[in-house]
Amino acid sequence: MPENSPDIVLRDLTIGYGGLAVVSGLNVRLPGGKISVVLGGSGCGKSTLLKHILRLHRPISGDILLGGHDMFSLQGKALHCLKQRIGVLFQDGALLGSLTLGENVALPLREHTRLRDRAVREIVRAKLGLVGLAEFASYYPNELSGGMRKRAGLARAMVMDPDILFCDEPTSGLDPINAAELDQLLLELSRRFSMTMVVVSHDLASMRVIADYVVVLGDGRSLFQGSVEELEKTEDAYLRRFLDRMAQERDEPRLTMPRLDPSMMKIDCSQHLAGTKAVD
Amino acid sequence: MSRQGEATLSPLAALGRVSLGVVNEMGAMLIFLFHAFRLIFSSLGQFAKTVRQIYFIGVKSVIVIALIGLFTGMVMGMQLYFALSMFGADGFLGSGVALSMVRELAPVLTAIMVTGRAGSAMTAEIGVMRISEQIDALETMDINPMGYLVSPKLAASIVSMPLLTAFFNLIAIFGGWLTGVLLLGANAGVYWNRVQSSLDWDDVSGGFVKSLVFAVLVCTVCCFEGYFTHTRKGGVGPEGVSQSTTRAVVTSCVLILISDYVLTSLLW
Ligand SMILES: Nc1ncnc2c1ncn2[C@@H]1O[C@H](COP(=O)(O)OP(=O)(O)OP(=O)(O)O)[C@@H](O)[C@H]1O
Ligand SMILES: [Mg+2]
Repeated sequence: MPENSPDIVLRDLTIGYGGLAVVSGLNVRLPGGKISVVLGGSGCGKSTLLKHILRLHRPISGDILLGGHDMFSLQGKALHCLKQRIGVLFQDGALLGSLTLGENVALPLREHTRLRDRAVREIVRAKLGLVGLAEFASYYPNELSGGMRKRAGLARAMVMDPDILFCDEPTSGLDPINAAELDQLLLELSRRFSMTMVVVSHDLASMRVIADYVVVLGDGRSLFQGSVEELEKTEDAYLRRFLDRMAQERDEPRLTMPRLDPSMMKIDCSQHLAGTKAVD
Repeated sequence: MSRQGEATLSPLAALGRVSLGVVNEMGAMLIFLFHAFRLIFSSLGQFAKTVRQIYFIGVKSVIVIALIGLFTGMVMGMQLYFALSMFGADGFLGSGVALSMVRELAPVLTAIMVTGRAGSAMTAEIGVMRISEQIDALETMDINPMGYLVSPKLAASIVSMPLLTAFFNLIAIFGGWLTGVLLLGANAGVYWNRVQSSLDWDDVSGGFVKSLVFAVLVCTVCCFEGYFTHTRKGGVGPEGVSQSTTRAVVTSCVLILISDYVLTSLLW
Protein backbone atom coordinates (compact mmCIF):
# COMPACT_ATOMS: atom_id res chain seq x y z
CA MET A 1 0.00 0.00 0.00
CA PRO A 2 1.53 3.33 -0.97
CA GLU A 3 1.79 5.68 2.00
CA ASN A 4 -0.47 8.35 0.46
CA SER A 5 -3.40 6.11 -0.38
CA PRO A 6 -4.29 4.39 2.88
CA ASP A 7 -6.73 1.53 3.26
CA ILE A 8 -9.69 1.92 5.57
CA VAL A 9 -10.39 -1.14 7.67
CA LEU A 10 -13.47 -1.64 9.79
CA ARG A 11 -13.18 -4.55 12.21
CA ASP A 12 -16.23 -5.99 14.02
CA LEU A 13 -17.59 -2.50 14.01
CA THR A 14 -20.87 -1.65 15.68
CA ILE A 15 -21.97 1.96 15.46
CA GLY A 16 -24.93 3.97 16.68
CA TYR A 17 -26.06 6.73 18.97
CA GLY A 18 -26.42 6.61 22.75
CA GLY A 19 -25.71 2.88 22.94
CA LEU A 20 -28.37 2.07 20.33
CA ALA A 21 -26.82 0.26 17.38
CA VAL A 22 -27.63 1.53 13.88
CA VAL A 23 -25.27 -0.79 12.00
CA SER A 24 -23.58 -3.74 13.62
CA GLY A 25 -20.95 -6.34 12.84
CA LEU A 26 -19.22 -4.49 10.02
CA ASN A 27 -16.07 -6.14 8.67
CA VAL A 28 -14.94 -4.18 5.65
CA ARG A 29 -11.68 -3.23 3.97
CA LEU A 30 -12.07 -0.20 1.73
CA PRO A 31 -9.12 -0.36 -0.67
CA GLY A 32 -6.58 2.47 -0.71
CA GLY A 33 -6.31 4.64 -3.80
CA LYS A 34 -9.70 3.48 -5.05
CA ILE A 35 -13.23 4.82 -4.92
CA SER A 36 -15.50 2.91 -2.58
CA VAL A 37 -19.20 3.62 -2.79
CA VAL A 38 -21.44 3.02 0.20
CA LEU A 39 -24.99 2.31 -0.95
CA GLY A 40 -28.12 1.79 1.06
CA GLY A 41 -31.65 2.91 1.66
CA SER A 42 -32.47 6.20 3.28
CA GLY A 43 -31.86 6.09 7.03
CA CYS A 44 -29.82 2.88 6.97
CA GLY A 45 -26.81 4.49 8.62
CA LYS A 46 -24.53 5.64 5.80
CA SER A 47 -23.93 9.09 7.23
CA THR A 48 -23.64 7.51 10.65
CA LEU A 49 -20.85 5.27 9.38
CA LEU A 50 -19.04 8.26 7.88
CA LYS A 51 -19.26 10.24 11.11
CA HIS A 52 -17.86 7.34 13.07
CA ILE A 53 -14.96 6.86 10.67
CA LEU A 54 -14.28 10.57 11.06
CA ARG A 55 -14.04 10.18 14.82
CA LEU A 56 -17.01 12.46 15.51
CA HIS A 57 -18.67 9.67 17.48
CA ARG A 58 -17.17 6.75 19.35
CA PRO A 59 -18.18 3.33 18.00
CA ILE A 60 -20.12 1.08 20.34
CA SER A 61 -17.57 -1.65 19.69
CA GLY A 62 -14.91 -2.61 17.17
CA ASP A 63 -12.04 -0.79 15.48
CA ILE A 64 -11.60 1.69 12.67
CA LEU A 65 -8.16 1.79 11.08
CA LEU A 66 -7.09 4.44 8.57
CA GLY A 67 -3.88 3.34 6.89
CA GLY A 68 -3.29 1.08 9.88
CA HIS A 69 -3.78 3.85 12.45
CA ASP A 70 -6.51 3.70 15.03
CA MET A 71 -7.88 7.26 15.17
CA PHE A 72 -9.05 6.85 18.74
CA SER A 73 -5.65 5.87 20.10
CA LEU A 74 -3.66 8.42 18.10
CA GLN A 75 -2.69 11.57 19.96
CA GLY A 76 -0.91 14.87 19.56
CA LYS A 77 0.90 15.68 16.32
CA ALA A 78 0.23 12.25 14.80
CA LEU A 79 -3.52 12.78 15.13
CA HIS A 80 -3.23 16.26 13.59
CA CYS A 81 -1.24 14.85 10.68
CA LEU A 82 -3.81 12.17 10.01
CA LYS A 83 -6.76 14.57 10.30
CA GLN A 84 -5.18 17.08 7.97
CA ARG A 85 -4.85 14.38 5.32
CA ILE A 86 -8.61 13.85 5.32
CA GLY A 87 -11.18 15.89 3.42
CA VAL A 88 -14.89 15.67 4.09
CA LEU A 89 -17.99 16.73 2.20
CA PHE A 90 -20.96 16.64 4.55
CA GLN A 91 -24.44 15.71 3.38
CA ASP A 92 -25.59 19.32 3.35
CA GLY A 93 -22.27 21.01 2.84
CA ALA A 94 -21.77 22.21 6.43
CA LEU A 95 -20.19 25.43 5.19
CA LEU A 96 -19.60 28.01 7.92
CA GLY A 97 -22.49 30.45 7.61
CA SER A 98 -20.50 33.47 8.77
CA LEU A 99 -17.84 33.13 6.05
CA THR A 100 -18.10 33.63 2.31
CA LEU A 101 -17.52 30.68 -0.02
CA GLY A 102 -13.99 31.85 -0.68
CA GLU A 103 -13.22 32.19 3.02
CA ASN A 104 -14.78 28.79 3.68
CA VAL A 105 -12.59 27.12 1.11
CA ALA A 106 -9.55 29.06 2.27
CA LEU A 107 -10.07 28.18 5.92
CA PRO A 108 -8.07 24.90 6.07
CA LEU A 109 -5.23 26.52 4.10
CA ARG A 110 -5.10 29.51 6.43
CA GLU A 111 -5.16 27.34 9.54
CA HIS A 112 -2.73 24.63 8.51
CA THR A 113 -0.31 26.02 5.95
CA ARG A 114 2.28 28.76 5.74
CA LEU A 115 1.03 29.83 2.32
CA ARG A 116 0.93 33.54 1.59
CA ASP A 117 -2.34 35.33 1.06
CA ARG A 118 -1.92 35.45 -2.71
CA ALA A 119 -1.15 31.77 -3.01
CA VAL A 120 -4.17 30.94 -0.88
CA ARG A 121 -6.42 33.06 -3.07
CA GLU A 122 -5.11 31.41 -6.20
CA ILE A 123 -5.69 27.90 -4.86
CA VAL A 124 -9.18 28.85 -3.73
CA ARG A 125 -10.03 30.30 -7.14
CA ALA A 126 -8.74 27.14 -8.83
CA LYS A 127 -10.66 24.77 -6.56
CA LEU A 128 -13.87 26.75 -6.86
CA GLY A 129 -13.32 26.73 -10.61
CA LEU A 130 -13.09 22.92 -10.56
CA VAL A 131 -16.63 22.74 -9.19
CA GLY A 132 -17.88 25.56 -11.40
CA LEU A 133 -18.28 28.20 -8.71
CA ALA A 134 -15.40 30.56 -9.52
CA GLU A 135 -17.66 33.62 -9.74
CA PHE A 136 -19.36 32.93 -6.45
CA ALA A 137 -16.38 33.28 -4.10
CA SER A 138 -17.82 36.34 -2.41
CA TYR A 139 -21.29 34.85 -1.79
CA TYR A 140 -22.40 33.66 1.62
CA PRO A 141 -23.64 30.06 1.89
CA ASN A 142 -27.26 31.06 2.46
CA GLU A 143 -27.22 33.05 -0.77
CA LEU A 144 -26.66 29.84 -2.76
CA SER A 145 -28.75 26.89 -3.88
CA GLY A 146 -28.43 23.50 -2.23
CA GLY A 147 -26.50 22.04 -5.15
CA MET A 148 -24.12 24.98 -5.17
CA ARG A 149 -23.50 24.60 -1.44
CA LYS A 150 -22.74 20.95 -2.00
CA ARG A 151 -20.23 21.73 -4.74
CA ALA A 152 -18.63 24.40 -2.57
CA GLY A 153 -18.41 21.82 0.22
CA LEU A 154 -16.52 19.55 -2.17
CA ALA A 155 -14.15 22.39 -3.06
CA ARG A 156 -13.42 22.87 0.63
CA ALA A 157 -13.01 19.11 1.16
CA MET A 158 -10.35 18.85 -1.53
CA VAL A 159 -8.57 22.15 -0.98
CA MET A 160 -5.79 20.54 1.05
CA ASP A 161 -5.32 17.80 -1.59
CA PRO A 162 -6.10 15.14 1.00
CA ASP A 163 -5.10 11.48 0.86
CA ILE A 164 -8.56 10.37 1.90
CA LEU A 165 -11.75 12.04 0.71
CA PHE A 166 -15.15 11.31 2.21
CA CYS A 167 -18.23 12.49 0.32
CA ASP A 168 -21.73 12.17 1.68
CA GLU A 169 -24.05 12.07 -1.33
CA PRO A 170 -22.04 14.40 -3.57
CA THR A 171 -24.46 14.19 -6.49
CA SER A 172 -27.80 14.36 -4.71
CA GLY A 173 -29.60 17.61 -5.47
CA LEU A 174 -27.54 18.21 -8.61
CA ASP A 175 -28.84 18.29 -12.17
CA PRO A 176 -27.66 15.44 -14.46
CA ILE A 177 -24.99 17.55 -16.16
CA ASN A 178 -23.46 18.81 -12.93
CA ALA A 179 -23.73 15.35 -11.42
CA ALA A 180 -21.85 13.85 -14.36
CA GLU A 181 -19.22 16.61 -14.15
CA LEU A 182 -18.77 15.86 -10.48
CA ASP A 183 -18.39 12.13 -11.13
CA GLN A 184 -15.67 12.93 -13.66
CA LEU A 185 -13.95 15.19 -11.13
CA LEU A 186 -13.97 12.47 -8.46
CA LEU A 187 -12.63 9.95 -10.95
CA GLU A 188 -9.85 12.30 -12.02
CA LEU A 189 -8.90 13.07 -8.44
CA SER A 190 -8.77 9.41 -7.60
CA ARG A 191 -6.71 8.49 -10.68
CA ARG A 192 -4.30 11.43 -10.61
CA PHE A 193 -3.56 11.61 -6.91
CA SER A 194 -4.53 8.02 -6.10
CA MET A 195 -6.74 9.34 -3.33
CA THR A 196 -8.69 6.90 -1.24
CA MET A 197 -12.33 7.90 -1.60
CA VAL A 198 -15.41 6.87 0.24
CA VAL A 199 -18.55 8.10 -1.46
CA VAL A 200 -21.97 7.66 0.08
CA SER A 201 -24.65 7.62 -2.56
CA HIS A 202 -28.10 6.56 -3.66
CA ASP A 203 -27.26 7.48 -7.20
CA LEU A 204 -26.91 4.19 -9.09
CA ALA A 205 -25.84 5.85 -12.34
CA SER A 206 -23.06 7.66 -10.55
CA MET A 207 -22.10 4.48 -8.67
CA ARG A 208 -21.72 2.60 -11.96
CA VAL A 209 -19.38 5.30 -13.26
CA ILE A 210 -17.11 5.84 -10.29
CA ALA A 211 -17.14 2.77 -8.04
CA ASP A 212 -14.18 0.44 -7.76
CA TYR A 213 -15.63 -1.18 -4.68
CA VAL A 214 -19.16 -1.23 -3.29
CA VAL A 215 -20.55 -1.73 0.18
CA VAL A 216 -24.32 -2.00 0.57
CA LEU A 217 -25.76 -1.32 4.01
CA GLY A 218 -29.26 -2.29 5.06
CA ASP A 219 -31.14 -4.02 7.78
CA GLY A 220 -28.59 -2.84 10.36
CA ARG A 221 -25.68 -4.67 8.73
CA SER A 222 -23.61 -4.93 5.59
CA LEU A 223 -25.60 -6.69 2.84
CA PHE A 224 -22.92 -6.77 0.19
CA GLN A 225 -19.29 -5.90 -0.39
CA GLY A 226 -17.36 -6.38 -3.56
CA SER A 227 -16.84 -4.97 -7.03
CA VAL A 228 -19.54 -3.41 -9.20
CA GLU A 229 -19.52 -6.44 -11.53
CA GLU A 230 -20.19 -8.78 -8.63
CA LEU A 231 -22.97 -6.50 -7.43
CA GLU A 232 -24.61 -6.43 -10.86
CA LYS A 233 -24.67 -10.24 -10.92
CA THR A 234 -26.20 -10.62 -7.47
CA GLU A 235 -29.21 -12.83 -6.94
CA ASP A 236 -30.22 -11.31 -3.61
CA ALA A 237 -33.85 -10.13 -3.85
CA TYR A 238 -33.38 -6.84 -1.99
CA LEU A 239 -30.22 -5.94 -3.87
CA ARG A 240 -31.91 -6.75 -7.20
CA ARG A 241 -34.79 -4.45 -6.33
CA PHE A 242 -32.31 -1.78 -5.30
CA LEU A 243 -30.33 -2.09 -8.52
CA ASP A 244 -33.35 -2.32 -10.80
CA ARG A 245 -34.97 0.56 -8.97
CA MET A 246 -38.06 -1.53 -8.43
CA ALA A 247 -40.83 -0.96 -5.93
CA GLN A 248 -41.96 -3.75 -3.68
CA GLU A 249 -44.60 -5.97 -5.31
CA ARG A 250 -47.96 -5.59 -3.68
CA ASP A 251 -51.17 -7.59 -4.03
CA GLU A 252 -53.41 -4.89 -2.64
CA PRO A 253 -53.39 -1.18 -3.45
CA ARG A 254 -51.85 1.01 -0.79
CA LEU A 255 -54.09 4.04 -1.09
CA THR A 256 -57.13 2.75 0.69
CA MET A 257 -57.95 5.91 2.61
CA PRO A 258 -60.61 8.25 1.22
CA ARG A 259 -59.35 11.56 -0.11
CA LEU A 260 -59.49 14.58 2.23
CA ASP A 261 -63.06 15.91 2.26
CA PRO A 262 -63.09 19.46 0.70
CA SER A 263 -65.97 20.46 2.93
CA MET A 264 -63.60 20.11 5.93
CA MET A 265 -61.39 22.99 4.71
CA LYS A 266 -61.64 26.12 6.85
CA ILE A 267 -61.90 28.27 3.73
CA ASP A 268 -64.53 27.17 1.24
CA CYS A 269 -62.38 27.25 -1.90
CA SER A 270 -65.13 26.35 -4.36
CA GLN A 271 -66.91 29.54 -3.39
CA HIS A 272 -63.94 31.93 -3.20
CA LEU A 273 -62.21 30.86 -6.39
CA ALA A 274 -65.40 30.82 -8.46
CA GLY A 275 -65.75 33.90 -10.64
CA THR A 276 -62.21 35.18 -10.03
CA LYS A 277 -60.68 33.73 -13.22
CA ALA A 278 -58.99 36.39 -15.34
CA VAL A 279 -59.49 34.56 -18.65
CA ASP A 280 -61.23 31.38 -19.48
CA MET B 1 -37.64 -0.59 50.74
CA SER B 2 -41.32 -0.18 51.55
CA ARG B 3 -43.56 1.94 49.37
CA GLN B 4 -43.91 4.50 52.16
CA GLY B 5 -40.21 4.71 52.74
CA GLU B 6 -39.65 5.41 49.08
CA ALA B 7 -42.30 8.11 49.06
CA THR B 8 -40.66 9.80 52.06
CA LEU B 9 -37.22 9.67 50.50
CA SER B 10 -38.15 10.65 46.95
CA PRO B 11 -38.00 14.45 47.54
CA LEU B 12 -34.59 13.90 49.11
CA ALA B 13 -33.53 11.77 46.18
CA ALA B 14 -34.78 14.45 43.80
CA LEU B 15 -32.83 17.10 45.72
CA GLY B 16 -29.75 14.90 45.53
CA ARG B 17 -30.17 14.43 41.81
CA VAL B 18 -30.53 18.15 41.24
CA SER B 19 -27.46 18.97 43.34
CA LEU B 20 -25.41 16.34 41.58
CA GLY B 21 -26.58 17.75 38.26
CA VAL B 22 -25.55 21.28 39.26
CA VAL B 23 -22.13 20.18 40.52
CA ASN B 24 -21.64 18.12 37.38
CA GLU B 25 -22.52 21.07 35.15
CA MET B 26 -20.24 23.44 37.08
CA GLY B 27 -17.37 20.99 36.68
CA ALA B 28 -18.03 20.68 32.97
CA MET B 29 -18.08 24.48 32.62
CA LEU B 30 -14.78 24.82 34.48
CA ILE B 31 -13.12 22.31 32.16
CA PHE B 32 -14.67 24.13 29.19
CA LEU B 33 -13.27 27.42 30.50
CA PHE B 34 -9.86 25.87 31.03
CA HIS B 35 -9.68 24.66 27.43
CA ALA B 36 -10.92 27.99 26.09
CA PHE B 37 -8.23 29.80 28.08
CA ARG B 38 -5.50 27.44 26.96
CA LEU B 39 -6.32 28.05 23.31
CA ILE B 40 -6.39 31.86 23.47
CA PHE B 41 -2.68 31.98 22.67
CA SER B 42 -2.56 28.88 20.48
CA SER B 43 -1.73 30.73 17.26
CA LEU B 44 -1.16 34.15 15.75
CA GLY B 45 -4.45 33.90 13.91
CA GLN B 46 -6.26 34.11 17.24
CA PHE B 47 -5.35 37.78 17.49
CA ALA B 48 -7.33 38.78 14.40
CA LYS B 49 -10.33 36.76 15.52
CA THR B 50 -10.18 38.34 18.96
CA VAL B 51 -10.10 41.82 17.45
CA ARG B 52 -13.23 41.02 15.42
CA GLN B 53 -14.95 39.80 18.56
CA ILE B 54 -13.90 42.90 20.50
CA TYR B 55 -15.62 44.90 17.81
CA PHE B 56 -18.77 42.83 18.21
CA ILE B 57 -18.83 42.49 22.01
CA GLY B 58 -17.25 45.80 22.94
CA VAL B 59 -17.59 48.46 20.29
CA LYS B 60 -21.12 47.58 19.29
CA SER B 61 -22.23 47.69 22.94
CA VAL B 62 -21.02 51.24 23.51
CA ILE B 63 -24.26 53.00 22.59
CA VAL B 64 -26.40 50.74 24.76
CA ILE B 65 -24.02 51.06 27.67
CA ALA B 66 -23.99 54.84 27.26
CA LEU B 67 -27.79 55.00 27.36
CA ILE B 68 -28.11 52.69 30.35
CA GLY B 69 -25.29 54.47 32.15
CA LEU B 70 -26.72 57.91 31.52
CA PHE B 71 -30.18 57.07 32.82
CA THR B 72 -28.92 55.04 35.78
CA GLY B 73 -26.77 58.01 36.79
CA MET B 74 -29.61 60.45 36.29
CA VAL B 75 -32.03 58.41 38.41
CA MET B 76 -29.37 57.95 41.05
CA GLY B 77 -28.60 61.68 41.14
CA MET B 78 -32.24 62.49 41.54
CA GLN B 79 -33.10 59.92 44.21
CA LEU B 80 -29.98 60.54 46.26
CA TYR B 81 -30.50 64.29 46.07
CA PHE B 82 -34.03 63.97 47.49
CA ALA B 83 -32.94 61.55 50.20
CA LEU B 84 -29.80 63.46 51.21
CA SER B 85 -31.37 66.89 51.16
CA MET B 86 -33.89 65.71 53.78
CA PHE B 87 -30.96 65.71 56.18
CA GLY B 88 -29.29 68.71 54.61
CA ALA B 89 -26.55 66.41 53.42
CA ASP B 90 -26.86 67.02 49.69
CA GLY B 91 -23.17 67.83 49.60
CA PHE B 92 -22.58 64.08 49.73
CA LEU B 93 -24.42 63.53 46.45
CA GLY B 94 -21.13 63.09 44.57
CA SER B 95 -19.93 60.41 46.99
CA GLY B 96 -23.20 58.54 46.78
CA VAL B 97 -23.36 58.46 43.01
CA ALA B 98 -19.68 57.68 42.51
CA LEU B 99 -19.44 54.92 45.10
CA SER B 100 -22.64 53.12 44.14
CA MET B 101 -21.69 53.22 40.48
CA VAL B 102 -18.04 52.25 40.71
CA ARG B 103 -18.49 49.52 43.29
CA GLU B 104 -21.80 47.94 42.29
CA LEU B 105 -24.01 49.24 39.57
CA ALA B 106 -21.58 49.76 36.73
CA PRO B 107 -20.04 46.26 36.78
CA VAL B 108 -23.38 44.52 37.33
CA LEU B 109 -25.47 46.47 34.84
CA THR B 110 -22.73 46.36 32.20
CA ALA B 111 -22.44 42.60 32.60
CA ILE B 112 -26.19 42.16 32.33
CA MET B 113 -26.36 44.33 29.22
CA VAL B 114 -23.48 42.45 27.62
CA THR B 115 -25.26 39.19 28.41
CA GLY B 116 -28.38 40.41 26.68
CA ARG B 117 -26.63 41.87 23.68
CA ALA B 118 -23.59 39.71 23.04
CA GLY B 119 -24.04 36.68 25.28
CA SER B 120 -27.33 35.60 23.77
CA ALA B 121 -25.87 36.07 20.30
CA MET B 122 -22.90 33.86 21.24
CA THR B 123 -25.19 31.05 22.39
CA ALA B 124 -27.39 31.29 19.31
CA GLU B 125 -24.45 31.46 16.90
CA ILE B 126 -22.59 28.51 18.40
CA GLY B 127 -25.83 26.55 18.86
CA VAL B 128 -26.81 26.97 15.22
CA MET B 129 -23.32 25.92 14.16
CA ARG B 130 -23.69 22.83 16.30
CA ILE B 131 -27.02 21.69 14.92
CA SER B 132 -26.05 22.37 11.30
CA GLU B 133 -22.90 20.22 11.59
CA GLN B 134 -20.61 23.24 11.18
CA ILE B 135 -18.82 22.35 14.41
CA ASP B 136 -18.39 18.77 13.17
CA ALA B 137 -16.99 20.19 9.95
CA LEU B 138 -14.45 22.28 11.90
CA GLU B 139 -13.48 19.19 13.83
CA THR B 140 -12.88 17.16 10.68
CA MET B 141 -10.78 20.00 9.22
CA ASP B 142 -8.58 19.62 12.31
CA ILE B 143 -9.57 23.08 13.49
CA ASN B 144 -10.32 22.98 17.19
CA PRO B 145 -13.85 24.42 17.46
CA MET B 146 -13.10 25.63 20.99
CA GLY B 147 -10.08 27.55 19.79
CA TYR B 148 -11.84 28.82 16.71
CA LEU B 149 -15.15 29.83 18.28
CA VAL B 150 -14.87 30.15 22.04
CA SER B 151 -11.36 31.38 22.84
CA PRO B 152 -11.56 34.61 20.78
CA LYS B 153 -14.89 35.40 22.42
CA LEU B 154 -13.43 34.79 25.87
CA ALA B 155 -10.40 36.98 25.20
CA ALA B 156 -12.61 39.69 23.72
CA SER B 157 -14.96 39.61 26.71
CA ILE B 158 -12.04 39.95 29.11
CA VAL B 159 -10.78 42.98 27.20
CA SER B 160 -14.15 44.61 26.55
CA MET B 161 -15.99 44.24 29.83
CA PRO B 162 -13.68 46.37 32.05
CA LEU B 163 -13.55 49.07 29.37
CA LEU B 164 -17.32 49.10 29.02
CA THR B 165 -17.62 49.24 32.80
CA ALA B 166 -15.25 52.20 32.99
CA PHE B 167 -17.24 53.94 30.28
CA PHE B 168 -20.47 53.22 32.15
CA ASN B 169 -18.94 54.82 35.27
CA LEU B 170 -18.01 58.00 33.41
CA ILE B 171 -21.39 58.41 31.81
CA ALA B 172 -23.28 57.58 35.00
CA ILE B 173 -21.35 60.09 37.12
CA PHE B 174 -22.02 62.64 34.42
CA GLY B 175 -25.72 61.66 34.55
CA GLY B 176 -25.76 62.22 38.31
CA TRP B 177 -24.34 65.67 37.71
CA LEU B 178 -27.04 66.38 35.11
CA THR B 179 -29.93 65.77 37.47
CA GLY B 180 -28.37 66.52 40.88
CA VAL B 181 -26.50 69.68 39.95
CA LEU B 182 -27.98 71.04 36.75
CA LEU B 183 -31.61 70.19 37.35
CA LEU B 184 -32.00 70.18 41.12
CA GLY B 185 -29.37 72.72 42.02
CA ALA B 186 -26.73 70.98 44.14
CA ASN B 187 -23.36 72.72 44.15
CA ALA B 188 -21.23 71.66 41.19
CA GLY B 189 -17.86 72.19 42.85
CA VAL B 190 -18.89 70.15 45.87
CA TYR B 191 -20.26 67.38 43.63
CA TRP B 192 -17.04 66.90 41.65
CA ASN B 193 -14.90 67.32 44.73
CA ARG B 194 -16.84 64.58 46.53
CA VAL B 195 -16.66 62.29 43.51
CA GLN B 196 -12.92 62.64 43.52
CA SER B 197 -12.23 62.51 47.25
CA SER B 198 -14.55 59.62 48.15
CA LEU B 199 -13.23 57.21 45.54
CA ASP B 200 -10.26 55.15 46.69
CA TRP B 201 -8.09 53.04 44.46
CA ASP B 202 -9.68 50.04 46.23
CA ASP B 203 -13.10 51.00 44.92
CA VAL B 204 -11.89 51.29 41.36
CA SER B 205 -9.84 48.11 41.42
CA GLY B 206 -12.69 46.25 43.11
CA GLY B 207 -15.06 47.25 40.32
CA PHE B 208 -12.40 46.21 37.83
CA VAL B 209 -12.03 42.77 39.42
CA LYS B 210 -15.80 42.35 39.36
CA SER B 211 -16.02 43.21 35.69
CA LEU B 212 -13.27 40.70 34.88
CA VAL B 213 -15.04 37.96 36.80
CA PHE B 214 -18.34 38.78 35.11
CA ALA B 215 -16.69 38.75 31.69
CA VAL B 216 -15.36 35.23 32.20
CA LEU B 217 -18.65 34.11 33.70
CA VAL B 218 -20.93 35.46 30.99
CA CYS B 219 -18.76 34.21 28.14
CA THR B 220 -18.29 30.76 29.65
CA VAL B 221 -21.97 30.20 30.38
CA CYS B 222 -23.18 31.52 27.02
CA CYS B 223 -20.64 29.65 24.91
CA PHE B 224 -21.08 26.47 26.95
CA GLU B 225 -24.84 26.45 26.48
CA GLY B 226 -24.49 26.91 22.72
CA TYR B 227 -21.69 24.39 22.36
CA PHE B 228 -23.59 21.61 24.09
CA THR B 229 -27.07 22.51 22.90
CA HIS B 230 -27.38 19.11 21.16
CA THR B 231 -26.85 17.17 24.39
CA ARG B 232 -29.76 18.81 26.20
CA LYS B 233 -32.98 16.99 26.78
CA GLY B 234 -36.12 18.86 25.87
CA GLY B 235 -35.76 20.75 22.65
CA VAL B 236 -33.81 19.67 19.61
CA GLY B 237 -33.03 21.64 16.48
CA PRO B 238 -33.94 25.33 16.36
CA GLU B 239 -36.14 24.98 19.42
CA GLY B 240 -33.22 23.53 21.35
CA VAL B 241 -31.09 26.52 20.36
CA SER B 242 -33.75 28.95 21.52
CA GLN B 243 -34.05 27.12 24.82
CA SER B 244 -30.30 27.13 25.26
CA THR B 245 -30.24 30.86 24.59
CA THR B 246 -32.88 31.52 27.21
CA ARG B 247 -31.09 29.31 29.70
CA ALA B 248 -27.77 31.00 29.00
CA VAL B 249 -29.18 34.48 29.63
CA VAL B 250 -31.04 33.50 32.79
CA THR B 251 -28.12 31.51 34.21
CA SER B 252 -25.67 34.32 33.43
CA CYS B 253 -27.82 36.97 35.12
CA VAL B 254 -28.40 34.87 38.22
CA LEU B 255 -24.72 33.99 38.47
CA ILE B 256 -23.75 37.65 37.99
CA LEU B 257 -25.85 38.71 40.96
CA ILE B 258 -24.76 35.81 43.17
CA SER B 259 -21.10 36.31 42.43
CA ASP B 260 -21.55 40.06 42.88
CA TYR B 261 -22.69 39.43 46.44
CA VAL B 262 -19.78 37.07 47.09
CA LEU B 263 -17.25 39.46 45.57
CA THR B 264 -18.60 42.45 47.48
CA SER B 265 -18.28 40.62 50.77
CA LEU B 266 -14.77 39.46 49.90
CA LEU B 267 -13.45 42.71 48.46
CA TRP B 268 -14.57 45.31 50.99
N1 LIG C 1 -27.79 12.31 16.19
C1 LIG C 1 -28.55 11.20 16.15
N2 LIG C 1 -29.03 10.66 17.28
C2 LIG C 1 -29.76 9.54 17.27
N3 LIG C 1 -30.08 8.86 16.15
C3 LIG C 1 -29.64 9.33 14.98
C4 LIG C 1 -28.86 10.54 14.91
N4 LIG C 1 -28.56 10.77 13.62
C5 LIG C 1 -29.14 9.76 12.91
N5 LIG C 1 -29.78 8.91 13.73
C6 LIG C 1 -30.51 7.69 13.33
O1 LIG C 1 -29.59 6.84 12.69
C7 LIG C 1 -30.17 6.21 11.58
C8 LIG C 1 -29.27 6.38 10.37
O2 LIG C 1 -29.19 7.74 10.04
P1 LIG C 1 -28.21 8.26 8.91
O3 LIG C 1 -28.25 9.72 8.89
O4 LIG C 1 -26.90 7.60 9.09
O5 LIG C 1 -28.92 7.68 7.60
P2 LIG C 1 -28.42 7.71 6.10
O6 LIG C 1 -28.16 6.31 5.69
O7 LIG C 1 -27.32 8.68 5.94
O8 LIG C 1 -29.73 8.22 5.34
P3 LIG C 1 -29.85 9.25 4.11
O9 LIG C 1 -29.52 8.48 2.89
O10 LIG C 1 -31.29 9.65 4.13
O11 LIG C 1 -28.93 10.37 4.38
C9 LIG C 1 -31.55 6.81 11.40
O12 LIG C 1 -32.49 5.86 11.83
C10 LIG C 1 -31.58 8.00 12.30
O13 LIG C 1 -32.84 8.12 12.92
MG1 LIG D 1 -27.10 10.52 5.14
